[in-house]
Amino acid sequence: MAMTLHVDIVSAEAEIFSGTATMIFAPAEMGEVGIAPRHAPLLTRLKPGEVRVQTQEGEELSFFVSGGILEIQPHVVTVLSDTAIRADDLDEAQALEARERAEKMLADKTADIDYAKAQAELAQSMAQLAAIKKLRDRR
Amino acid sequence: MAGAKEIRTKIASIKNTQKITKAMEMVAASKMRKAQERMLATRPYADKIQNVVAHVSHAHPEYHHPYLVEREAQRVGLIIISTDRGLCGGLNINLFKSVINAMKEWDDAGLEIDLTLIGTKSNAFFKRLSGNITATATHLGDAPSIIELIGTVKVMLDAYEEGKIDRLCLAHNVFENTMSQNPVIRQLIPVAGEADEQLKTHWDYIYEPESKLVMDALMIRYIESLVYQGVVENVACEQAARMVAMKSATDNAGDLIDELQLIYNKARQAAITQEISEIVSGAAAV
Repeated sequence: MAMTLHVDIVSAEAEIFSGTATMIFAPAEMGEVGIAPRHAPLLTRLKPGEVRVQTQEGEELSFFVSGGILEIQPHVVTVLSDTAIRADDLDEAQALEARERAEKMLADKTADIDYAKAQAELAQSMAQLAAIKKLRDRR
Repeated sequence: MAGAKEIRTKIASIKNTQKITKAMEMVAASKMRKAQERMLATRPYADKIQNVVAHVSHAHPEYHHPYLVEREAQRVGLIIISTDRGLCGGLNINLFKSVINAMKEWDDAGLEIDLTLIGTKSNAFFKRLSGNITATATHLGDAPSIIELIGTVKVMLDAYEEGKIDRLCLAHNVFENTMSQNPVIRQLIPVAGEADEQLKTHWDYIYEPESKLVMDALMIRYIESLVYQGVVENVACEQAARMVAMKSATDNAGDLIDELQLIYNKARQAAITQEISEIVSGAAAV
């Protein structure tokens, strides 16, 4: 029997593939790697590209990953795939956006006042309604 | 006939409300199922990355990642995950209560607090409280994607790396089952390394390109996946809580209608009796 590897390809949002394979190829950052069973433990980043899995039946399945991390143990290979396209400056832009949202929310005092005012008015008219109801019941 | 018509209009209006709450209950039930599936779909990734991180934190590589190193806390970062919409019972309030208790404890211990808020409800609530809000994210919807969280989480991770905060915690609701959701606050960074007895033999990965770069990428994804899981779980909690709240609202409306119906029947009966006695006494007078 040919030696096999267990392969898991997962992304943060879903499981993409899980099964056995005789060989897998992945676009590692330092160049494409081919992994046969009993490969030494390795941890590396992936570039966007194609992960190919050769199954026991000789089929070749291919999956696209937009980057991620590849973990290799002698009989288990795990592809932690990214769903998002990542780049340092892109991440930075998103962080900036999140920070701006917070500032904007804090600066948005008018909305808060309007809300508080509306709430006060609501409480007042509720009290009025309750008073009217009480008067009516008494009659 | 006193108020029979008024009672009838009141019954009609409660019936309308009941229809709405009933519809919301059913919508929440179907959304909850989907949210639960989504929650399960995130598990494999989280488990796998957790395994890798657990191993790496024990493997003693030449480079110790800052997220693995415990340092004395002076300032705590807290990510709070709430819902975007209301009408979900005490879900948010329970969470905020436990957050406020934790914040008070930290405050008493002389720690300062930075907040990152996810969800409009937490924005509205913590805006009025003292506390430094560094980033927010809202309107993630029922199917949140991790892309929308990257920036928000990065703000806190940057703060940690720059030494602005010395600890990062996450507050969200945990989905126990449909009837119960519990607020939890757990520590994200420093990564709590569980002592794993199985890892007696020391082996380490080969790192490509070098351990620092790989570890950075790994740790960022690990924290993001934890936050993302929290968000997805919170969506399931929201739908479950809403379903239960709407169910009890529908039941209450039913009780109210029954009660009013009884009052209405009595009023109607009284009016008829009165009319008959008027006719009878009128006929007798003729």
